[in-house]
Amino acid sequence: MSDTNVQRRQFLKTSVGAAAVAIAPGMLLFDMAHGKSDPVSSKVRWGMLIDTANCADGCNDCVTACNKENGLSGGLSPTDSQWMRKVELKDMRSGRTLALPMMCQHCEEPPCVDVCPTGASFKRADGIVLVDKHLCIGCRYCMMACPYKARSFVHEPLHDQKPDVPRGKGTVESCTMCVHRVDKGQQPACAEACPNKSIMFGNLNDPESEISKKIRTVQSTQIRADLGLNTGIRYQGI
Amino acid sequence: MLKLFALLAALCMCASADATESYGMPKLDIGKGGQCVEEPQWMRKNHMKVLFQQRDETVHQGIRDGKYSLKNCIECHASLRDNSVIGRADSFCEGCHRYEAVKIDCFECHSSKRSSALVQKEH
Amino acid sequence: MTSHSPLRFKNRIYYSLVAAGGLVVLMGLYAAHMMEEHGHIITGMNNQIVWGIPHVFAIFLIVTASGVLNVSSIGSVFNKPDYKARAPLAGLLSIAMLAGGLTVLMLDLGRPDRIIVAMTHFNPTSVFAWNIFLYSGMFAAVALYLWTMMEKRMNPWSKPAGLLVFVWRFVLTTGTGVIFSFLVARQAYGTAILPPMFIVMSFAWGMAVFHVVQAAIYEWNGKLLDAYAQKRMKNLMGIFVIATLYFVAAYHLTNLYFARQAEFERFILFDGGVYPLVFWVGYFLFGNLIPLLLIYHPALGKSKCILFASLLIIMGGFSLLYVFIIGGQAFPLSIFPGYEVSSSFGDGAIGLYRPSMPEIMLGMGAVGVSFLITAIGIRMLDFVPHEIPKSR
Repeated sequence: MSDTNVQRRQFLKTSVGAAAVAIAPGMLLFDMAHGKSDPVSSKVRWGMLIDTANCADGCNDCVTACNKENGLSGGLSPTDSQWMRKVELKDMRSGRTLALPMMCQHCEEPPCVDVCPTGASFKRADGIVLVDKHLCIGCRYCMMACPYKARSFVHEPLHDQKPDVPRGKGTVESCTMCVHRVDKGQQPACAEACPNKSIMFGNLNDPESEISKKIRTVQSTQIRADLGLNTGIRYQGI
Repeated sequence: MLKLFALLAALCMCASADATESYGMPKLDIGKGGQCVEEPQWMRKNHMKVLFQQRDETVHQGIRDGKYSLKNCIECHASLRDNSVIGRADSFCEGCHRYEAVKIDCFECHSSKRSSALVQKEH
Repeated sequence: MTSHSPLRFKNRIYYSLVAAGGLVVLMGLYAAHMMEEHGHIITGMNNQIVWGIPHVFAIFLIVTASGVLNVSSIGSVFNKPDYKARAPLAGLLSIAMLAGGLTVLMLDLGRPDRIIVAMTHFNPTSVFAWNIFLYSGMFAAVALYLWTMMEKRMNPWSKPAGLLVFVWRFVLTTGTGVIFSFLVARQAYGTAILPPMFIVMSFAWGMAVFHVVQAAIYEWNGKLLDAYAQKRMKNLMGIFVIATLYFVAAYHLTNLYFARQAEFERFILFDGGVYPLVFWVGYFLFGNLIPLLLIYHPALGKSKCILFASLLIIMGGFSLLYVFIIGGQAFPLSIFPGYEVSSSFGDGAIGLYRPSMPEIMLGMGAVGVSFLITAIGIRMLDFVPHEIPKSR
């Protein structure tokens, strides 16, 4: 028999075999990642209202939850990523002390987005400011520009990232407002974890949402409001 | 002369690593297998386009449906032995990429492990 | 044993210089490789001080690359023949230093393998993105200018080309200055005085680097620098140094006037440890007082003094940039004015930074790239100035 025929036979045998192997396991058992199929729109603006009066001294539950949800090491050295941190404040004139969680403020006019050369730092239509790690070249200009020191740079190779939260060496990252949870209709991890319910998350563009109603009635401020960035995170009690 | 050629060809075929079939394609551990979101040949030709274009829509517009989720691809295609799509010569992504000598950049940031297995491990 | 002929001696010097330069470049590339493999954790940079020694080198090289073209601008645009003869060398130096500065900038990126992304995705509001065009356009403009000067048939075009380069480098240096001007949140930056300050700094450092390179070339090629040309160039350099000092003074005095900037100024000028030291000793004393003395004192001002002054001015430039770039980051952001703050992320605390070996190697590697381009360029093409005989 000619070489060609021998090859043809082998090919047919292998293809049938491969097809059998492929189809034999049969049933579709894969998990559907439940998510949105519509693009996000600016009808929604996600924001938070943080009540510093209820923010307990020494409590780190929000930070711990954030670290766990996003696969952060939780380390505190200057090269470790901290997406969220508790800040202790003391009024220099009156001596009053308070504490609050600090993270990316998800500004409406983010300086980090303005300065990013590749457009990796961007604001999603629904107001969440993110880093598109596919485009980030790691120049750290956004870190220089951020007034809130929200961003961290990944200084070493990472392993065992959370499947929902890709992070890699040489790129810049910051609080994503748990966008992978928000897109599933859940709350950010910090809001859910706070034992005193000090972090309220919601749609600032919906006048009937809980957060909008509260902002209309109680006093709240944006941090460094003088910069005119119109942050999505507001604080009560500063 | 012809005999020399035939001998060389036979030697080449025998010398292929055990990860390759006799016609040269890498053998892949396709994990769970079953019905893929697209036809295999379509996937082979277009998976990079899907990855490059779809990822922008996912990141910028939040479109995360099953069909448009890397996590979902990995859920099916991670090896049942080590729950990963890279790391072994016949891992789903690694097999062809190693054969073609094209470096995979995705897993510097993305987890290469089946997420349901990781969740189980945590509990 | 007969002494080697002058040509053999020159060859020996040339090859040893190229070898030395090559070694330094290799060292820099090795540092870049280490950084790519292990990440920035091996450097001294961290989440508080995100730009370190590599950026000091990069900004110095890029600013000076623009400034060294002053020599050619004064020749082509302002028609001074002494300077016209030196224009090609200035052009070569500009290309060399721009290449060096860009090398270190690109290699310090977290993902240098993504340069293609930077070339294909541009955010129009980002100065960095604009700079990509400005810097690459600068290469083209200077190359064009060199061509018009060195190709006899193109000589009539050297004036318009010189004008193009003159305008382009103003835009480029402004682009470098606004990198910092546009940072509204940091107390060290966010001021409109920075672009003009950078332009004048470029003049001073450009003249200084030109002097040093020219002196070395002349020494090793047995040429004599005309005393009259030397005097004019050194005086001009002195003026630029004084002008830079003026801008630095205006910057600090204005800051000192604002109550909210007082603490920052105290940190930089008095109690910030290494930063006041580098500022007053490195920049003010060694970078200004001593060089100006060497330049203007009637008993001094000869070639050795000028060389020494130029080297000190360069050192002063590095010192100023160190304080500006690193000191500016070390001082904490004022996120909660009126409050004392502390946190796990360094809020309210002075950022700690120690220059690391990989960073210094990378920076020196960039200088090595500039050095190699200059040395090989001078050897290959006719860049060494043809002195015009001066009648007084």
